[in-house]
Amino acid sequence: MSTPAIKLTELRKSFGAVEAVAGIDLEIADGEFFSMLGPSGSGKTTVLRMIAGFELPTGGTVELSGRDVTRLAPFERDVNTVFQDYALFPHMSVVENVEYGLKVRRVPRRERRERARSALSSVRLEGFESRKPSEMSGGQRQRVALARALVNRPKVLLLDEPLGALDLKLREQMQVELKQIQRDVGITFVFVTHDQDEALTMSDRVAVFDAGRIAQVGTPEAVYEQPATSFVAGFVGTSNLLIGSVAEALLGKKGTFSVRPEKISFAEAGIPGTVAEVIYAGPVTRYVVDLDAGARLTVVEQNQRTGTAALAELRGKPVHLTWLEEHVIEIPSSKENADAL
Amino acid sequence: MTVTTKGGGRQAASFLHRHPKLRLAGLLSAPVLWLVVAYLGALAVLLISAFWSVNTFTGDLVKVFTVENFRTLFTEQVYRNVALRSVGVAAAVTAICVVLAVPMAFFMAKVASPKYRHWLVIAILTPLWASYLVKAYAWRVLLANGGPVDWLLGGPGNGPGYGLFAVILVLSYLWLPYMILPIYAGLERLPDSMLEASADLGARAGRTFRAIVLPILVPSIFAGSIFTFSLSLGDFITVQIVGGKTQLIGNVVYANIGAANNLPFAAALATVPVAIMVVYLIAVRRSGALEEL
Repeated sequence: MSTPAIKLTELRKSFGAVEAVAGIDLEIADGEFFSMLGPSGSGKTTVLRMIAGFELPTGGTVELSGRDVTRLAPFERDVNTVFQDYALFPHMSVVENVEYGLKVRRVPRRERRERARSALSSVRLEGFESRKPSEMSGGQRQRVALARALVNRPKVLLLDEPLGALDLKLREQMQVELKQIQRDVGITFVFVTHDQDEALTMSDRVAVFDAGRIAQVGTPEAVYEQPATSFVAGFVGTSNLLIGSVAEALLGKKGTFSVRPEKISFAEAGIPGTVAEVIYAGPVTRYVVDLDAGARLTVVEQNQRTGTAALAELRGKPVHLTWLEEHVIEIPSSKENADAL
Repeated sequence: MTVTTKGGGRQAASFLHRHPKLRLAGLLSAPVLWLVVAYLGALAVLLISAFWSVNTFTGDLVKVFTVENFRTLFTEQVYRNVALRSVGVAAAVTAICVVLAVPMAFFMAKVASPKYRHWLVIAILTPLWASYLVKAYAWRVLLANGGPVDWLLGGPGNGPGYGLFAVILVLSYLWLPYMILPIYAGLERLPDSMLEASADLGARAGRTFRAIVLPILVPSIFAGSIFTFSLSLGDFITVQIVGGKTQLIGNVVYANIGAANNLPFAAALATVPVAIMVVYLIAVRRSGALEEL
């Protein structure tokens, strides 16, 4: 493999007594769409800010394309950022916002205009050049922020929860568009999010953050199908853990296991339990089932039954569950897992 | 629970709830009375009396309409000089306050840790709690011939002494907090991410300051300047205390009320700063400064 676009070594950051990032080693390949996923306070945004240069690490190094930039200022790094609040300059028009980086770098006026226009058209904002940011919707501002960063053709684009402020429909649309734009321009994207769907949908690889460390790095499939810790199993999807005596009774094995809710189905015979709750959610229906053996599992089924009234009648009824043996995920036991339980 | 408190107060409250106009009247009648009678009334009297005159023999008011006062004002060179000098002093004070306030406010809002921010605001406000006269006289002592300022500059006569420069210096000192506070408020509303975005796009601190911070701060600076400019324009005490022979509109008005006993002419003179301020407010209104007050 060639030199990674980003290489983090033993990266640490403390704010007073609080250790926000507790030693991170990570390599992100050139042209990759890489997501950093984790709950708020897990250190993912701090890592992003250290790559951008807004925070100085307490320890460790940041390398961009093999160059150590750990102590360099933001304006000395070949990265650009899309901020969570977009941070558009309110006194400048859209095209002035997009041109700003080029103007600072003394790109001649003609070329500046041309590149700004083509960046705006790549985010489908032709004709908005002379508007002020305050005259645009959230989704449009988001695109301006994207164009303003992309126009500089950075090696790496950092995105700090850029879709967080958008409504669901727009967010799903932007997920697809972002992915397309990334494929078109071929720039490395580092995308910070707390939304697991977003991370799984868009990324080539995902790093799951837990309390200032990376719990797992892998493809979306690997993170979802083979979670490395019970934290990952719980944060990425619904975990349905089978532990200790329950695992022994049902699977005949000791340890920690997980079965994803969509991999479980109802059957005439199988593992007995009682329906504790039925949750109607449009395209799917979620059932919470108390197993006679002691665990509580969530089951997700395509919505093919009729009516919420019929569903409500299922509450309290005895049922049987089955799943395929290959869908049982064994979660490697570690001290951390033992703590989490 | 409110249900338990029955009685007259509750009945009155529910009566008012059903009659919103009565509610509004109760809220506003006292302040409106104050505004119309005491505030606008006084201004009206000022304007009207500017068109009266004084009998030069008896010193009595002659309540007959005449534009004589304004004719004197516009034709006599000395009054034009006084007006121009006053505007110059107000402009200089405003400029000095901006130059001092912007870095101070930037430090308070963006550099100092949030823990100390409130203490810094209090530190800026405390001079306003001390009497204006005390502060002006303190400067009189400082600037006296052979006083501390002279001594700091190497001996008697080396300091600026009393005069125009002293007036500008002391007024800048007095009104500085009125400039710092709106700029501080403007900077507090400026998100840090805006500064980070500028650095991220390749700009060094100086560029970020000129291209991003300053343009966004313009309305706040104008808001502060409304205070420093108008307060300087109307001042007559500082001029008397440290101004030496300097004549500004304020103390010429004062002299006409006292020594010259020409109230109508004083009123006519007093309309000059009012007119200047109206022009100034109209000029800065377009920048959005009035929303920053």
